[in-house]
Parts: sequence; C-alpha cells; structure tokens
Amino acid sequence: MTFKEIKEMLQCEVLCGEELLDSTQIEKAFAADLLSDVLAYAKEGTLLVTGLTNQQVVRTVEMLELRGIVFVRGKKPDTETINLARSKNIPMLTTRYIMFETCGRLYQCGLTGSIECV
Amino acid sequence: MRAGEVSSSIKKTLKEIGIDSQIIRRMAIACFEAEINVVCYAESGTFNLTITPDTLKVVVEDVGQGIADIELAMKEGYSTATDAIREMGFGAGMGLPNIKKNVDRVAVESRVGKGTRLEMVIEMQDLSKKASD
Repeated sequence: MTFKEIKEMLQCEVLCGEELLDSTQIEKAFAADLLSDVLAYAKEGTLLVTGLTNQQVVRTVEMLELRGIVFVRGKKPDTETINLARSKNIPMLTTRYIMFETCGRLYQCGLTGSIECV
Repeated sequence: MRAGEVSSSIKKTLKEIGIDSQIIRRMAIACFEAEINVVCYAESGTFNLTITPDTLKVVVEDVGQGIADIELAMKEGYSTATDAIREMGFGAGMGLPNIKKNVDRVAVESRVGKGTRLEMVIEMQDLSKKASD
C-alpha cells in the first residue's frame, strides 16, 4: 500500500514529506523502541514504527535506507529532528494509536514483517 | 546528541564515488554503530576512510574508557551501557556484533582508560556477503 493510504488508515498527522506519500510504496514494516535491534535486523525499504523520537531514529533510517517512519502513541520529534528528516527526504507521520494497534492494523492491510523472526 | 553526522558524510562520499549500494549500506551501518560507540563511551574520536580499487577501510580511533574484555564485547547482548544510553535506544550489546556482521574484516585493539582502535574492512570484489546474512 502507499504511505498515503497508511496515513489515512492510522489517522496520522504528517510531520514531513507530505509530497512523497503518494509515490512511496510500503510492503513491510519493523516496529521497535530499540534502535540497536532496528540496526541489526531491519531490511532496506522497510517502514519503521517506533515511539522513540530522537535524531538517531532519523539517522538509523538514513543508514539502513528505510522508507519512512510512523511514530506511535502520539509522539512527535523536535523541530531539529523533523528538519533533518526533511533534508534526507524521509517521510514521517505520527499516529495516536499504540504500537500494538498500529502494527495490527498494518498487518491486516497486508504488510508483513521486515523479517519474521531472528 | 547529534551522533550520525560522520556516518552520514561517509555514506554521502561513497555514494558520490559510485560505490555499490549494498556495500555502502553495509559500511554505513558499521560506521553508525561505531559512531554511537564513540559518542557513548569515549571523549573524542576520529574516523579515517581509505578507498582502494579492492577495499574500503574505515579506522576509528578514540580517546576514552576503552574496552576491558574485547572478546566479551563482541558477544551479542553483552553491554556496559548506562541508563542514558539505553533511553536513546541503544546499549543492547549489539553494536560490535552488528559491525562484525556487516563488514568482511574487523580488528579491535583497546587499552582501558586510554581508548580504542577499530578497523573495519569491506572487500569490494566480494559482493556475496550482505547485511542480511
């Protein structure tokens, strides 16, 4: 599905990258609040679902070439972090759903895990 | 904390040169893990990138607390991270193991209370090893 469809389904607020949502296809996701695990396991082209909002989340997405970020539980990074993501063309959304609900809804729509198990 | 800028600029340089994208991704991940380690455990550090037609090498040298037991530090799950490091989303004891997974050769030398030297090498002719291994 497109990132735009995800935005609508999860009733997200767009933090940056609105112009990229239509053209960004998302097929798999990785959810974690531990960047060490994201760095170790997430495959490129993945959507990151997280509650962490520091700059290293954006750096992690940049290094791994992930496709975008959905922040859960209504979390929002600071302006500097949003600007960093914008400069790297990384779309970022925030949803009020908790991580479990977010993942469940994405899975129901056909998204699969970036990896199934370790 | 702004950790990630050095890795980002290394990644950009490699892209500009036209290095294979999978190799760039592997080295970018390894550099970022190393950069997080420097920021979390050292006072200062330098990254030195060397590119030859056959190899890509990054040497990270830091001044800091050093690693008491390198063998232990290379094991997944072993960590000496503080709560502050964990709150940032790191400190799971995955850094050095993930570096090892992403590069072809890694060498670590360290002196407690002095600092650490980390050498990471990717052979550019060997495209078989992937970050997903």
